[in-house]
Amino acid sequence: MNIWLLITLMALVTYLPRYLPMGFAGKAHFPALIERGLDFVPIAALTAIIAQASLVRGGMVDISLGNYHAIAALVAFLVALLTRHLFMTIAAGLTCFGLLQWFT
Amino acid sequence: MHTPTRQLWLGALETLPLVVAAFPFGIVFGAMAQSMQLGLAATLGMSAIVFAGASQFIALTLLASAAMLPVIVATVFVVNLRQMLYSANLMHHAGAWPQWQRAILAFFLTDETFAVVSDRLNRLPDEPGLRWYYLGSALFMYSFWQLSTIVGFTLGGQIPGLADWGLDVAMVVAFIGIVVPALKQRADWACAAVALVSATLSHDWPYQTGLLFSSLLAVATGIALSKPKSL
Repeated sequence: MNIWLLITLMALVTYLPRYLPMGFAGKAHFPALIERGLDFVPIAALTAIIAQASLVRGGMVDISLGNYHAIAALVAFLVALLTRHLFMTIAAGLTCFGLLQWFT
Repeated sequence: MHTPTRQLWLGALETLPLVVAAFPFGIVFGAMAQSMQLGLAATLGMSAIVFAGASQFIALTLLASAAMLPVIVATVFVVNLRQMLYSANLMHHAGAWPQWQRAILAFFLTDETFAVVSDRLNRLPDEPGLRWYYLGSALFMYSFWQLSTIVGFTLGGQIPGLADWGLDVAMVVAFIGIVVPALKQRADWACAAVALVSATLSHDWPYQTGLLFSSLLAVATGIALSKPKSL
């Protein structure tokens, strides 16, 4: 296989989904229902990533006290609810994770 | 203070935790490509021209299993459909940008940059300078993705278990800090809950289709539970 042909085609199928909607902005319009749905994309997509990166470890769902990613995520969630502050949330989550790693 | 330079730095600064989280993955990618004898030019070329972590890993895995070129390209396409949702979400803002700027900014539309740009739009919806903020985030992610690829390729397997250090927890907590303040109405909470449960249950679906499916299901939940916008 020609590696550069592969890279070029990969670049194309990566770039087009990233570009096309933005490129057509102002020229094409979605139905109102879809428009409303697009507002939910950040919450939907980022929460899905959070779930897989914290509740799944080593290819298995791990909802236990041994899953430090999940505990740090829970602490971050509570701090985010209370403070609504990004850096406080990150600091609390990372501190929690660091302490768990350090003391166990 | 909306000077372009300040917005560039702000965008970069707020992407820092995500850059830290992505760095080990770049190293692992570089090391994996090196062990597959991909060569420095092709390895760095892939990071530089494709610039999509998940797609690059999946391409290597498929290459290792001797998959055919159309199969790899089709798979990478499916993996990237999620980014299409991001691009569509940004259409309202992109509509005001010249086409050449959209073409450039779209290239850098990763999970990370979309996350911080969404956060800014949520906190400061009418603040000018979004493009510079976006570009700052984008260039920071991009340069460190290249750097981590080179480090991984050069050092290879010399950094034991780097992916197991747990640096990816920085991404988890940063995304939580971005999503939670965006949860305002009941439909937002339902959307997040559906995404959480669905993505957990579908984690073993191939090629990140679980993420795509869960995102779409959660968006549909949001539509069903929200009121139509008044004109």
